[in-house]
Amino acid sequence: MNPNPAQAALYNDTVVRQFSIMAVVWGVVGMLVGLFIAAELAWPELNFGIPWLSYGRLRPLHTNAVIFAFGGCALMGTSYYVVQRTCQVPLFLGKLASFHFWAWQAVIVAAAISLPMGYTQGKEYAELEWPIDILITIAWVSYAIVFFGTIGIRKVRHIYVANWFYGAFIIAVAILHIVNSAAVPAGWMKSYSAYAGVQDAMIQWWYGHNAVGFFLTAGFLGMMYYFIPKQAGRPVYSYRLTIVHFWALIFTYMWAGPHHLHYTALPDWTQSIGMVFSLILLAPSWGGMINGVMTLSGAWHKLRDDPILRFLIVSLSFYGMSTFEGPMMSIKTVNALSHYTDWTIGHVHSGALGWVGLISMGSLYYLIPRLYGRKEMHSVPAIELHFWLATVGIVLYIAAMWIAGVMQGLMWRGINGDGTLTYTFVESVKATYPFYVVRVLGGVLYLGGMLVMAWNTWMTVTQGRSVHVPVPVLAPAAA
Amino acid sequence: MDILFLLIPLSVALALIIIAALGWAVWRGQFEGIDAEAQRILEAD
Repeated sequence: MNPNPAQAALYNDTVVRQFSIMAVVWGVVGMLVGLFIAAELAWPELNFGIPWLSYGRLRPLHTNAVIFAFGGCALMGTSYYVVQRTCQVPLFLGKLASFHFWAWQAVIVAAAISLPMGYTQGKEYAELEWPIDILITIAWVSYAIVFFGTIGIRKVRHIYVANWFYGAFIIAVAILHIVNSAAVPAGWMKSYSAYAGVQDAMIQWWYGHNAVGFFLTAGFLGMMYYFIPKQAGRPVYSYRLTIVHFWALIFTYMWAGPHHLHYTALPDWTQSIGMVFSLILLAPSWGGMINGVMTLSGAWHKLRDDPILRFLIVSLSFYGMSTFEGPMMSIKTVNALSHYTDWTIGHVHSGALGWVGLISMGSLYYLIPRLYGRKEMHSVPAIELHFWLATVGIVLYIAAMWIAGVMQGLMWRGINGDGTLTYTFVESVKATYPFYVVRVLGGVLYLGGMLVMAWNTWMTVTQGRSVHVPVPVLAPAAA
Repeated sequence: MDILFLLIPLSVALALIIIAALGWAVWRGQFEGIDAEAQRILEAD
């Protein structure tokens, strides 16, 4: 440590604190909207005839809030923390990082207003209209400058693997956003896509699946490779495997998108390429999952005693499950059953609630007490409670959607001896009702866990104080 | 499928950039003595 902290450079943790707190806030908001629309599917009267409460407008609000507001703030906060600690320098252009925070919050608020009002580009996960898209671009470029600038001025020669994952996430999302959101404005909140028909569909799912790959996977893997070793107090199982994991994942990810367009107007060979690349992805995904879990090899007892570690490791088991399920669902014959059913929704939520949600919560539980000068969260039993509420919630959610999805797929393909359909569509909707109710119950538990986290965060923050951590001065041999 | 005239060159360009980044990392010795690097993050914050 620096012998004279008064003159030492300080880590810029203010922006990390801001993003971390807002991740918790937006988590509550986004999951609440998700719970409400899940209830609307079971009980459609809940829209009360009000247009901006209708499912079609709130569903994109839910997805944007949980992915870009909750997930985004968690990624941005943790990446700013990790890049400073592993490079041992304060953030490059700290004021720009602060601008990035406020610009990103402005994007989220603009989404929360414009989506219920019905403004949309009609592209899944890229609904926001063009003026907001430009604001996203400005915020994202600021993020990239701060992040890569910090790596550029690093004091540690080696760039830790988490930074590679965060960096790939930042670059890939920038490219995806610019290509997919290209549009011709036709008024302040109206635009037409630069692409038409099946071309547009191909671009959309090239974007959509790579957003899964680079926003919801690569970024959170960066989180995983820093916070699991830190919380477990031991280095990652195989650092060599982390490097292979990184390069294999980013080399093979880009062409999985067409599996979203099986049995559509997209040429058959393009669909097959999407399927093949999706299957290939199983290898790097499971390599990384095993690497993360095996970090606990020889110290499994820590899972019993440490609820934060349990969040992090169980998130990896959901990562493993959904990266097995995904390639299986991309196989055309499986997809013929699963496509357009609630199985897809179950698959997405095993990744979203299980992997993205739990890894973010575990990382935030590690981070928040340290940012406020406390040894641990205000209540460790509350973390334990959150873990079980979240886990049981996920299991109820995905099991209900698996059963509902397979049932719907079988009912839709049921054909009588004379060639007519056995079931009408509405019969499959009626049959799904009990599973929609179970999903609402799962959502209540998951949101309940998030509320416990919000309370715990509030107590930790109000009883703590913002700490200013000096950057350690390295011994010359370490540089 | 005119869109492939955008997507395929984009993929090739990205692959070349990734190869260049990998080459840079190998050339600059980023993957030498990596077990010590895995250990280093566990030291002081």
